[in-house]
Parts: sequence; C-alpha cells; structure tokens
Amino acid sequence: MVDFTLWDIVRNLLLAARWTVVLSLIAFVGGGLVGLALLVLRSLDKPWLQRLVAGYVQLFQGTPLLMQLFLAYFGLALLGVETSAWFAASLALTLYTSAFLTEIWHGCVRAVPRGQWEAAQSLALSFMEQMRHVVLPQAGRLAVAPTVGFLVQVIKGTALASVIGFVELTKAGTMITNATFEPFLVYSCVALMYFALCYPISHYSRVLEGRLHVRH
Amino acid sequence: MSIELDFMAVLAEWPMLLRGAAWTLGLTAISAVLGVALGIACAWARTEGAAPLRWVVGAYVELIRNTPFIVQLFFIFFGLPALGLRLSPEWSSVIAMVVNLGAYAAEIVRAGVQATPKGQVEAAMSLALTRAQTFVHVVLPPALRRVWPALVSQIIIVMLGSAVCGQIATQELSYAANLIQSRNFRAFEAFIIATLMYLLMAMAIRHVLNRVGDRFLFGGRRG
Repeated sequence: MVDFTLWDIVRNLLLAARWTVVLSLIAFVGGGLVGLALLVLRSLDKPWLQRLVAGYVQLFQGTPLLMQLFLAYFGLALLGVETSAWFAASLALTLYTSAFLTEIWHGCVRAVPRGQWEAAQSLALSFMEQMRHVVLPQAGRLAVAPTVGFLVQVIKGTALASVIGFVELTKAGTMITNATFEPFLVYSCVALMYFALCYPISHYSRVLEGRLHVRH
Repeated sequence: MSIELDFMAVLAEWPMLLRGAAWTLGLTAISAVLGVALGIACAWARTEGAAPLRWVVGAYVELIRNTPFIVQLFFIFFGLPALGLRLSPEWSSVIAMVVNLGAYAAEIVRAGVQATPKGQVEAAMSLALTRAQTFVHVVLPPALRRVWPALVSQIIIVMLGSAVCGQIATQELSYAANLIQSRNFRAFEAFIIATLMYLLMAMAIRHVLNRVGDRFLFGGRRG
C-alpha cells in the first residue's frame, strides 16, 4: 500500500478542486446565458410563453439535482450521443442553474415599479429598448446580491457530479479515502475546501445586500 | 435511429417505488420536525444566548451552509466511525438531514425573530414575563408565522436533497430507482418515473404544509 502523507492528501484534493471550480464556472456562465434568454421570453407579452417558462422553473426546482444529473447522463446515451461525465454534468448543472437564475431575475424585474415600464412606453421605446435602458439597469442592481449568493448553491451542486463519475473534489475525496482508509481526515479536508470556496462568496453576497439596503 | 422507451418494465416494480417514496417521506417528516426544532433552538441561541454560544452556533450555521450536503452525509457515515461512532445508513441520513435543515432553519427563524416589533417585547417584559417566556409565547409564534413559507421551501429542498442518501444505501426513492435500473437496464425510464414522483411529492408537501400552517399552527389567523 502506498503511504499518503497529509500533504499528499491535501495536494490531490486541491488538484481535484480545480475541476469543481471549472464545472461551477461552466454551469454559472451557461446557466446565466440560458437564464437570461428565458427571462426575456418570460417578459414578453405571451401568456403561453410565460407559463412554459414557469413550468420549466418548477420542473427544475421541484426535482432533485441528482435525478437531473442521472437523466442527463442516461438520456444523452439513449439519444446515441457519445456521452461523458463532463458533458452530462455540464448540461444538467447549466439547466439547473438557468432555472434558478431566471426565477431570481424574474423577481427582480417584477420589483421594478410599473410606472417605470409605462414611462418607457410613453417615450415610444420598443420592448427591447425598455428592457435595455430602463428595466434591466434597475433590476440588475437588485439582482447582484442574490445572484452571487446562488453561486454558492452551484458550487455545492457540483459535488453531486461525483455520483455520475465526474472526478472533482468530492469524488477525489472518496477515491483518496479508499486508498488511505482515513475517511475522517479526508472528508474533513474536503469540507474545509468547500468552505474555503463558498464562505467568501456567501459573505460577499451579504455585504452586497447590506449595501443595497443602505442606499434606500 | 429509434428510441424505445419501456415504462411498463419500470412500473411493474411499483411496490419498490412506493416503498422508496415512503422512505423518502418518512425521512423528510422526521428531519422536518427535528430540524425545525433545532433551527428554533439555534435562532434563540443566536439572538438571546451568551457570546460564546452565539459564536459556536454561528460557526455551525456557516459551516453547514457553505458545504455540500453529500459531503456532510459522507462525513457522518464514513468519517464518524473513525471516532468510534458507527451509524446505520438510515440514522446517518436522518442526522445529516436534521443537521442540514437545522442550520438553514436557524437563519430563516432568526430573520422572523428579528422582525418582531420592539414594543411587543417591551410589553411582555412589563407584564413580568421572563426572557424565555417572552421568546416562547410572544416572539416565536408570530415569527414562525412570518417565515412559514420559507421554512416549507427549505423542508422541500431537504426532501429533494435526500435523493443523495441512496448513495450510502438508504433505501429511499432514488435508491429504488437505481435498483430497478440495475435489474432491467431501463435507466432513463426508471429515473424519469422517480423524478416525476419527487415532483409530485414536492408539490404535495408544499400544499399540505401551507394548509397545516394556516389551519392548525397559526389558528387560522394570517400574519
């Protein structure tokens, strides 16, 4: 058996934590883009589109992320796509993130007073111009804190990708545990690394939220 | 290319699916009661407790909220036996869910407690209620009523998160789906059906708990 020093454990976990970060960024950026597209669809004056997006949101918020990952993994295989844990995890986490972000942003857009929309309309701005110049700048200010806060949920969500065989921080922890038989030490390190990633972001999100309230 | 879906092969195993769903609901029910109780205790400790207690509870809340549930579960199931604490998969799952929900519920309840108008606490004090009596009888009931929807959402999040407990062989719904697909190789169909069952359970829990909150816990009054 290979002897693992504490440094070996930490080093290997840190190497794996890179993939947690990369997967989180893919999901956050991808989910942000899809979420923005859904937000625009939902803001159009088309009831069936609004219902469709609301249904999409409820589907992803009302089912376990783990099931979404399994469905992406086995669903892609069923479609005959050469599937990898990378692709399935990126896809599932992107869709999951988009549902939550679009819901958060939708709330922020609705928080913009109706009078602002009406004023923009009375200036004969088109829908896109109203969004671009009047609504989004105001909604965006509200949206920053909860969006940053949700990044923490995304990072924690990537831990589930370990279940479909994506080697990130949690999966690396399991593998190192199997080699060292020191689950207490290894999972403590894993937890601390997630904490080191997530806590500054949570804290920053709270600071942003505090600033927003001061301005009022 | 043609895709053949065979849902009947999965539905034929309905007793297993139902048993899994029952386990999921049971785990959720136990951890909802204990987790909310823990959350209330922590909210009390963080608003009324002595400084060291406040710090310890704060550390617990931040540690849990900033680490993934699956890591908490693995830590309890695989890590604690190293300290001589050997737990069954079911107990590990319940403890992980309670500890997890407790941290989130603490923050939710605390938000409700902090929104209490100052005059109500002063009124209670002037009636010679102790601090504990004031908290339990005056501050807590309206605080819970205020944050009940958020608590219900958090309970549902924990229920959905419990799908991970199948990974340590707790026989809940996702474990049942996994077992079925390992027998008949209908993975996609099995997970579709399990996912829809989770969706139904999430909607049912929200409906029932909102009703329970309105009718029983808060005596029909709306805050």
